[in-house]
Amino acid sequence: MIGFIRHNKIDQVSVAVVDVKKGDAVEGWTMEDDSTMTVTATADIPLGHKMAVTSRAKGDKVIKYGVSIGIASESFEVGDHVHTHNLKTARW
Amino acid sequence: MDKIVFQGYRRQNGAVGVRNHVVILPLDDLSNSACLAVASHIRGTMALPHPYGRLQFGEDLDLYFDTLIGTGANPNVAAVVVIGIEPIWTQKIVDGIAKTGKPVTGFAIERHGDLRTIEVASRKAKEYVHWASEQTRSECTLKDLTLSTKCGESDTTSGLASNPAIGNVVDKIVPMGTTFMFGETSEITGAEDIAKAQGATPEVQEAFYKTWSDYNDFIVGQGVDLLGSQPTKGNITGGLTTIEEKALGNLQKIGTTKYVGVLKPAQAPTGPGLWFMDTSSAAAEAVTLWAAAGSVVHFFTTGQGNIVGNPIIPVIKTTANPITVETMSEHIDLDISGVLRREMNLDEAGDALIEMLIRTLNGRLTAAEVLGHEEFVLTKLFRSA
Repeated sequence: MIGFIRHNKIDQVSVAVVDVKKGDAVEGWTMEDDSTMTVTATADIPLGHKMAVTSRAKGDKVIKYGVSIGIASESFEVGDHVHTHNLKTARW
Repeated sequence: MDKIVFQGYRRQNGAVGVRNHVVILPLDDLSNSACLAVASHIRGTMALPHPYGRLQFGEDLDLYFDTLIGTGANPNVAAVVVIGIEPIWTQKIVDGIAKTGKPVTGFAIERHGDLRTIEVASRKAKEYVHWASEQTRSECTLKDLTLSTKCGESDTTSGLASNPAIGNVVDKIVPMGTTFMFGETSEITGAEDIAKAQGATPEVQEAFYKTWSDYNDFIVGQGVDLLGSQPTKGNITGGLTTIEEKALGNLQKIGTTKYVGVLKPAQAPTGPGLWFMDTSSAAAEAVTLWAAAGSVVHFFTTGQGNIVGNPIIPVIKTTANPITVETMSEHIDLDISGVLRREMNLDEAGDALIEMLIRTLNGRLTAAEVLGHEEFVLTKLFRSA
């Protein structure tokens, strides 16, 4: 069963399509190239929320939809929940 | 897919419609009552009541005329009876619609009263219904088609599946010569640079950016900061983090297609291709503007379940949210929640939407049509004199 989806193959964050529990090994699908991958969640990630598939350092751009959706305000690792605590807009 | 044909109504000016309405169009708020009276006893007619048309001026008055004339001129409309309080503006609407070559007659209430006006307008409406009922459909292609798209009550399923599925449709059918409009100026805030870059030429890109920045200046002038209020608390609860992310989800609806021009509200495109129109992001207002610009079918994607329709153009509604499919099935024409379960990919979802489009073009009534959703909402730019 698919637990998360990525739009583009260069996306660094994915979106959970089920409620993911900490420690779950979750299968993900990348729509652009129809590939799959498995990531182990490091936190509970609610449906619709983002999970990292690439680690990012503080200050790095974060890619989704193939483009930057903001800046990592804290570093994060593969499987981490990515939201307002570690990602911010690049606009202000 | 190169051989897509459908049965449409080719109008006097060559434009193709997919519905055959006889519209009773009020010039102003005062004329709604007479229009509703005509529509109530002449079967096959439809009144379009609205609250405006008195003491508007400047750019707001221009938009009002463009919207009313454009609505009557829409190729889904076979014939129009216009009723207004006074004859001069009534005739202005009639003359604008008459440029299409379709039957249109105006009646003014002053010096006659509602009752005599209702009688003569009803006789004309009856004549038009007989005439319209003998119009026949003929074979048309996607080159004959003008469409529009917007999302509403969006959530993360919109950006994941339903919006990119529409983008897949745009990428497939715009190269076949279809005219396609998108807009939602406010909702692009956050991805305006990316939206700008998708313009086909530097001139088009600058025209888009000017439209967006003028709007943003207006908002700031009202003491509001859209940037600072986005994403909303509800968006954040749903998992959206940044304004860039929210706007990019919206922009998925145009796929990778370059837009060829920028339209004022209710302005008709002058040729095929993808066009940006400066519209509100409020669903009924935006769909009314696109219908006035000649769209004959609207694609509407929803997450949480927006139920909007339009009186003269079918609104095809699709969602990828399985909860919305389950709880609001009567509003959904096409369920693409299978994308979230990897039961279908975006290419297949796009094909399913095109199949639903063809059925709708050929006459299938949409959920919004069957449920009687006829939201006709004029965009008002500023208060009347």
